[in-house]
Order: sequence, then C-alpha cells, then structure tokens
Amino acid sequence: MLNALDKLMLEKVSDLHEMPQGAFNIRKNGQGVQRNTTANIDIVTKKDKSGIDVIVKPYTKGESVHIPVIVTEENINDVVYNTFEIGEYSDVEIIAGCGIHNCGDHKSQHDGIHTFYVRKGAKLKYVEKHYGQGEGKGQRVLNPKTIIEAEAGSVVELELIQIKGIDRTKRETDIKLMGDAKLVVTERLLTYLDQEAESSINVDLSGEDSSAQIISRSVARDKSKQVFYFDLAGKNKCRGHIQCDAIIMQKAVVLSTPRISAYHSEAQLVHEAAIGRIESEQLTKLMSLGFSEKEAEDAILDGFLK
Amino acid sequence: MLELQKLSLELDSDKGIEILKNINITFYDKKIYVVTGPNGGGKSSLAKIIMGVYNPTSGKILLDGQDITQMIMTDRARLGIGYAFQSPPRFKGITVRDLLKMAASHNPEKVNICDLLYNVGLCAQDYLDRDVDSSLSGGEMKRIEIATVLARNLKIAVFDEPEAGIDLWSFQKLAETFKNIHEQYDTTIILISHQERIMELADEIIIMSNGTITAQSERDVMLAGILKNDTCLCSTNCEKGIGKNAECLG
Repeated sequence: MLNALDKLMLEKVSDLHEMPQGAFNIRKNGQGVQRNTTANIDIVTKKDKSGIDVIVKPYTKGESVHIPVIVTEENINDVVYNTFEIGEYSDVEIIAGCGIHNCGDHKSQHDGIHTFYVRKGAKLKYVEKHYGQGEGKGQRVLNPKTIIEAEAGSVVELELIQIKGIDRTKRETDIKLMGDAKLVVTERLLTYLDQEAESSINVDLSGEDSSAQIISRSVARDKSKQVFYFDLAGKNKCRGHIQCDAIIMQKAVVLSTPRISAYHSEAQLVHEAAIGRIESEQLTKLMSLGFSEKEAEDAILDGFLK
Repeated sequence: MLELQKLSLELDSDKGIEILKNINITFYDKKIYVVTGPNGGGKSSLAKIIMGVYNPTSGKILLDGQDITQMIMTDRARLGIGYAFQSPPRFKGITVRDLLKMAASHNPEKVNICDLLYNVGLCAQDYLDRDVDSSLSGGEMKRIEIATVLARNLKIAVFDEPEAGIDLWSFQKLAETFKNIHEQYDTTIILISHQERIMELADEIIIMSNGTITAQSERDVMLAGILKNDTCLCSTNCEKGIGKNAECLG
C-alpha cells in the first residue's frame, strides 16, 4: 500500500521507520489508507465531513496515536477535521505530522483542523511536524488549526515543528485552560528562500491556578518572512509566560507580537521577545574549538531549533 | 614554542589607539606562564591575538616556527591553540553535553565528559543535560568554559581570568586541574590572572601594563618583588596612602 516515497515522508514527519505500534491512521492524498485501533483507543471516520474521531478511553496510560498525513501529488487541496477525545486521567501521546512531496507546478495544500477535548486529569502530548520536498514549482502549503479545551487538572504539552520545505503556512492555535490545567507549547520554525510562515497562539487562562508556558524559537533565512502573534489572557489566578526568540539572517523579515492580557488581579503574566542575528561571540567560541564558520553557524542553529 | 615578534595591535586605527605595543615574547613548551597587570593593560588582547580573535596590526606570531600570523581562528585551533574566554557566550538549545562533545570532537584521545566536569568542580549528573544559557550562573558558565578547553589536546592553552566567579572551595581543585592538564598533555599554559594562588602555579610571571611587557621573570623572583612592594601596578608612578585619597601621579 505504501511505496518508498510514502515511507520516506512518514519517516520525516513521524520518525517512523516501519508501521507504528498501537493506534494509527495514515492519510494519503486526501484518503485514509491504513488504520489500527487498540482496546483503549478507537478511531472512527466522521460521517458528516472529512476526518476522524480519535477516542481515548479514560485511564488509558502510556499509549500513542500516530496520525500522519502524506501528500505526494500536485494540485491536491485536502481539508480534514479531526476530533480527539482524551479521556479522564489518561496519559497519551499523539504524533501528527504532514509531509508534502510536490514535484509538479501546481499547489498542494493540506489544512488540518484539530479539536481536542482533554478531560479532567488527563495528560496529552501532541507533536505536529511539517515537512515538504519536491523539485516542482508548485507551492507546498499547510494551514493547521488546533483548538484545545483542557479540563481541570489536565496537562497539555504541544510540540509544533516546521523545519523544512513548506512554502506557505498559517498556523492557528487556540487553547482554553480550566482550573489547575497546565500547558507547555514548544514551537520551532525554520523558513528560507521566499517561504512565509504565520503562527498565532492564543491561550485563555480561565481556570484558577492554570498555567501556560509558550517557548517559540525560529530561524528566518534568505528572503523568508515570519509573523508571530502570541496572546495570553489571564482571567483568573494564573501564571503565564511567553518566550519567543528569533534568529534573523540575510534579507529575512520577522514580525513578532507577544501580548499578555490580565483580567484578574492575581494573574501573573510575562512576555519576552527577542529577534537578532547569531551573536559573533558564539561563532568565535565554536571557531576557537576548531569549527569552520559554516560548521559553527550550523551547530548554533541546530541547537537553537532542537 | 610560541613566539610573538614585534607584535602591535591598534583596535581603532582611525583614533590610533594602540592596545599592544611592540610585544616580543617566547612561550616555551610545557611551561606555565601567568600574565598579570592592571586592568586595561592589554592582557586579554594578548590572549585574543594568540587565538586569532584579533589580527595584529604589525608583527609576527610563530608556532613551532610556523608563521600563523594570518591564520584564521579555526586553523589555529586545529593546530592546537585553545582559549577560555573571560566572558563565555551562552547558547540557547545547546546542552553542556553538546558543547563538551563539540569541544572534544577534534581530540584524538577519548575524553570522558563526566571527568571534565568533575575537574572543574561540577557534578555531571546535574549539569550534562542543562542548556548553556542564561539559566546558568556566571561561575557555572566559567567552569564549563574551562572544561571546553580541558576537553582538547592542546599545545597552547590560554585561560583569561579563569578564577573569576569561582568560589574559594573550588579554587584548589581548579589549581590542581591546571597542573594535571599540564602534566597529561605537556600543554603550555598561559593564565591571565590577578590571583596570587594562580601565580603560584607559574614557572614564569609576566607583567603587562599599558600595552607592553614591563617585567618577566621566574615565579619566585617576581612574586617576592610583587609582595615586597605591595604596590599597585599603575602605568604611571603611584604614591600609595598619601593624603585621604591615593592618586596616580601622571
């Protein structure tokens, strides 16, 4: 069912070298191609629109769900709606990811709208990795939208990674945290050539003692453009921290707008934002260890985006 | 053997500010040198010119007879010159383990990273997976910086004020470590320092002031002189304790 190219794309977006263990759903060029469910995790095709429902039973521990999407043809415009029900006190990892291989001259696009209900006391780690390749002129476009409702005492960890080959992306992430819910978002983004990426992360700290940490690191090279919006809204006794750093190179453009909004006197919100080139002292240090300037630059960028 | 011949450095050539003036010195193999002197005397510039961070305005640098004056830092490093920065840079996303592995990557001998940390008074378990970023204190950064130089098999190792930020308890350990690398690798060590206990490690002590070498001698001779005079190392004549405020007389 899956050819060599498909397997390569799977490896890039999910680090999968073979069929994953546990629950998975592989989507290729707008169609579901392979699926596996377990006793605790069910995957059901939506009846009203394109997409799946992933249902994790309460108290499910240590299981993972892989839901990679691969696009290997040009002129594909795939929109998918996925809903995730993460049962009470479960502890699961969901690895999503989209790889586009576009050899043609027409655009290929995948828009994934993911809605998560993370129930009371549950722990969710959600990893989303984007990758593109192909020699054609056709653009590779990914526009993910992630909506998360995190109930009382839940812990949500998001890793959003786009390292290579996506020409245009517009990422929207909206999260609502109830009492004692905890959120950590790690975003890594690299753009080059004339790529453009826009990321908007909005967190609503509604519950008492909820907390959120957003750590965004990006590198913009060549003539690429990155636009970031971060908004932490503290509506209760809560803690929030946005830390966004960008390394800018050549003729790239980075626009970063961190916003913190407090609607409660016990909301503690902090934002830090920095954009700058690679520090010359960092290059000097690594060159003094025997690295060439190029090797030093690569090591610094690799670490920064790790 | 590292020779600096008629070496001068102007950092802002328009203003004609000469940082180093006609420096002539030879650092012989397997010796420990301590360079001391007042702030702004040119000590760190001397270290940076040896590493290749600065290029001299005139003069020559020879390593074992090879002219390395125009050689870039990378090539000097590969020839066996190392430099521990006075204010080491921090790296977001690079762990202590990553940095030490990078440092050891050109060392043909197998290096135990945990031992490196132990030698600078840090517990490997606590530090290996920490990022070399602003979460580390100045003293911790300084020790990791020293460890990056210890990770290498060097002909010439230059340490710029290694004691700064190191607490008293770790000081003795650090002194032992310098002795050990000197013995293990036959490394020529150049320590820039104001500390008497560091000076006690030296075979020779060099005093730099106002961009020139004002004195150079064996440790005991020099230390005796420094302690006897107990004076400051101003570039001009200094009268200590005269009146309420001691002032340098220009």
